[in-house]
Amino acid sequence: MTDKQPFESVVAAHGDTVLRVCRAVLGPADADDAWSETFLSAMKAYPGLAADANVEAWLVTIAHRKAIDVTRATARRPVPAAELPDTTSAPAADHRDLDLTAALARLPTKQKQAVAYHYLAGLPYTDVAAVLGGSTDAARRAAADGIATLRRCYPGVTARKGEPR
Amino acid sequence: MSTEDDLPRDLARAYSGTPEHLAALRDRLAAAAQADGILDVAYRTIDSPLGSLLLAGTEAGLVRVAYATEDHDAVLQALSDRISPRVLHAPERLDATARQLAEYFAGRRRGFDLPLDWRLSEGFRSTVLHQLPQIGYGHTASYAAVARLVGNPKAVRAVGSACATNPLPLIVPCHRVVRSDGGIGGYIGGVEAKRILLTLEAV
Repeated sequence: MTDKQPFESVVAAHGDTVLRVCRAVLGPADADDAWSETFLSAMKAYPGLAADANVEAWLVTIAHRKAIDVTRATARRPVPAAELPDTTSAPAADHRDLDLTAALARLPTKQKQAVAYHYLAGLPYTDVAAVLGGSTDAARRAAADGIATLRRCYPGVTARKGEPR
Repeated sequence: MSTEDDLPRDLARAYSGTPEHLAALRDRLAAAAQADGILDVAYRTIDSPLGSLLLAGTEAGLVRVAYATEDHDAVLQALSDRISPRVLHAPERLDATARQLAEYFAGRRRGFDLPLDWRLSEGFRSTVLHQLPQIGYGHTASYAAVARLVGNPKAVRAVGSACATNPLPLIVPCHRVVRSDGGIGGYIGGVEAKRILLTLEAV
């Protein structure tokens, strides 16, 4: 137990990853709230976490649950927030980024989550499956399907010379 | 490079937060943790004439002041191990300490008025440290005199080790304890720091 890091180090090491995951799964408008809820909840539970636990997988699991809470809360609102992606807080956003985030936002939820947890958080598929529930193969398939759709929709470097949409 | 490799990288870039955005989120977390009563240890660093100082506080009060020579990362790890791993950079709780130390270094303050959390010092060392505030600004006392003061005149070396492990240097003035033979003695922040402090207090 004595080598458990101060929580500040956990936030420093994983803060950006958790933000990416929250933005990808929820969109930028709700991501900040989900990030805050995730780390507040993690900090409460942190003293009881096993010293050898995989902290990143643990945080993604909490973020996953918080994202579901936020999605449910949003769904209960009588008038949903604007569907347009709110990019004001995504400073690096250029047109390619907007295309990419818009394409990811349109993916089915499971695929979006699998892509976020594997490609943005770097979790192996066994961990992604543990977060999502279901088998490792199903998690791998969902991420592969999601990535395939993104490659089709996303005007990446090689597609730049193609005709404008 | 093909797009096979670009896509994950582009995804990461598209969703990354700026350092400013992440800093704002971390400030918000510190405020929420404080409000929820789970911020067991708050800390900040300040610049001083003696270099960077780490200040750490619990709900009870100031618990640790550390010189850079003590290695701030190691000090934070020790606080995490001994008190609680719920440690965040949260300057607000240390505002009064920072202000009073700035006044002290500017020569405008001769004593500190802060709630202290003594939990990091125990037993005889704690007894010794509790007596040190009796040595007023601008005065010194010998290790032997402090040993007599705590009713254990033979414990001169133990007084020295109490000073050497003082978790609250500056605030609990172990720099005012010197050798009976006129030597300056050791100091947790280094002998040079001790000399600067005694000069500041114009002993």
